[in-house]
Amino acid sequence: MTATQPSATAASEGPQGSSGAARPGPIEAVPVRHPGRWIAAIVVLVIGIGSLSSILQNPNLDLETVGEYLFKPLTLNGVLITIWLTVASMIMGVFGGILVAVMRLSPNPVLSVAAMLFIWVFRGTPLLLQLIFWGFIGAFIPKIVVGIPFTSIEFWSFTTSDLIPATVAALLALGLNEMAYAAEIVRAGIQSVDPGQTEAAHSLGMSPAKTLRRIVLPQAMRVIIPPMGNETITMLKSTSLVAIVAGDDLMSNIREAYTQNYKIIPLLIVAAIWYLALTSILSIPQMWLERRYGRGFSAIRPTLGSRVSTFTQSIALPSRATRPTRTERASKKESAS
Amino acid sequence: MTATIPQVTPLAATSDRPMVEAVEVHKRFGSLEVLKGITMSVERGQVVCLLGPSGSGKSTFLRCINHLEQIDAGMIRVAGETVGYREKDGKLYELREKEVAAQRRKVGMVFQRFNLFPHMTALENVMEAPVQVAGRSRSQTREQAMALLGQVGLAEKAATYPAQLSGGQQQRVAIARALAMEPEVMLFDEPTSALDPELVGDVLDVMRRLAESGMTMIVVTHEIGFAREVGDVAVFMDGGVVVEAGDPAQVLGDPREERTRSFLSKVL
Repeated sequence: MTATQPSATAASEGPQGSSGAARPGPIEAVPVRHPGRWIAAIVVLVIGIGSLSSILQNPNLDLETVGEYLFKPLTLNGVLITIWLTVASMIMGVFGGILVAVMRLSPNPVLSVAAMLFIWVFRGTPLLLQLIFWGFIGAFIPKIVVGIPFTSIEFWSFTTSDLIPATVAALLALGLNEMAYAAEIVRAGIQSVDPGQTEAAHSLGMSPAKTLRRIVLPQAMRVIIPPMGNETITMLKSTSLVAIVAGDDLMSNIREAYTQNYKIIPLLIVAAIWYLALTSILSIPQMWLERRYGRGFSAIRPTLGSRVSTFTQSIALPSRATRPTRTERASKKESAS
Repeated sequence: MTATIPQVTPLAATSDRPMVEAVEVHKRFGSLEVLKGITMSVERGQVVCLLGPSGSGKSTFLRCINHLEQIDAGMIRVAGETVGYREKDGKLYELREKEVAAQRRKVGMVFQRFNLFPHMTALENVMEAPVQVAGRSRSQTREQAMALLGQVGLAEKAATYPAQLSGGQQQRVAIARALAMEPEVMLFDEPTSALDPELVGDVLDVMRRLAESGMTMIVVTHEIGFAREVGDVAVFMDGGVVVEAGDPAQVLGDPREERTRSFLSKVL
């Protein structure tokens, strides 16, 4: 089997396989070597193992404390508040964001400008600033009154600090901030839908509101969900800023603990483990939502099972000995079709 | 009536009110006047084919009939109702979006780019408007929708999403979707222009059968053969005006106007 043989047969017998003549043998060539890959891998391994062993041998690591605090009620309560804050502020952010996005796209200039101003303020100032602002809103507006403006008629009046405890202040700050970002994501999603879809819906007699709900938003979701997933993960981590106004969340509780016992690093590791676990779990509903709203957009609908199996296939490469050669793969494909 | 208005299609002979009636329709986009006074009337059951070079305003005129575009001057009536307005005491009142939506239910539209809802199966596409707009029951609508898909030869594709259908199949689903609202008139905006040549025939077949069933149809098309064979009237438009209208055999076979002749020589 020499290298010249295949081209010679191809030339003399026309299209391969049509004449039933003997196939040329598989190509046996010396593969290209990649010494650079080996060097890079060794360098990274040495650095990685070195730093890991130095961390593990560090007496200040104190894994005992980490284990002790990992499932303490103080930690678990914090985790629950963190989850609650994330979910509640994301719900507020998403639904409020849809509202602001629709206002932003409205032909009514007052609504559109109001939405623009809202986004401008809440996206243009730091979240930390907004958190502190809502935390101290009682100092700015001591009383909240429901009545008729510019008159002295009052229906209800509340003391602000009663109405807005620290957790609610945190929720307001996170939710309003998220609304501004979500509004821009939703707007981009709505605008990504082909205008022909709206025309088709209108030509069938659908009202604008129904067109938005039944036709435009479901299609916009496909564009909206991936960045929204990122927003949720960012939100989960941003809830840690609540520690500034003592919001009882994971970070607040951990901070409270280490200001008392000074085991700062081990307690930070506890918090890090929980945040990592929560953000990892979050990718599951995101995948589910992407599949739900990806319906009709790809020829083959991906299922969770198929994704996992293609993933395992991609990591479990057959060893060099069992890996089929190029010609074997080609003949397999041929027989399959 | 035909004598008083210029460029009228010579068919308003019957005593019944025409299905679609356009009088001196003008439409401009910015400084560009796309329609410069279109007058036309389409009788119930008639098939009118609009032909002409691109930019002649034929698609715009079609979209005006459905109020997808608002006209600047003139008047369009569908089944005797003024499109987009209510006449009262000699004054015109703009219709609310809901009322416009109700008017549109009488008019089915088929688009060049199909515009099927990609997140719904073929069956769901056909069922969407009867269920969501007309408020009919799901089970009853499902039967109707299946029958319509059968009529366009796609009963076995009911559970398929548009992305998995060929262009010709998508357009046939789009026709079924428009028919599901039981419109009185169907508008076709270059229904075969986005299709591969071998898929055009299936769509034209469906349209031919629809015409035979007595549906009033206005078809913007480049298919001269279809216009000649199925059309009752051929209208040649250029530069926002009707150049020539009449019997397809005459307009397409032996045109009176030089502009029609030069267009046909390029297309045929």
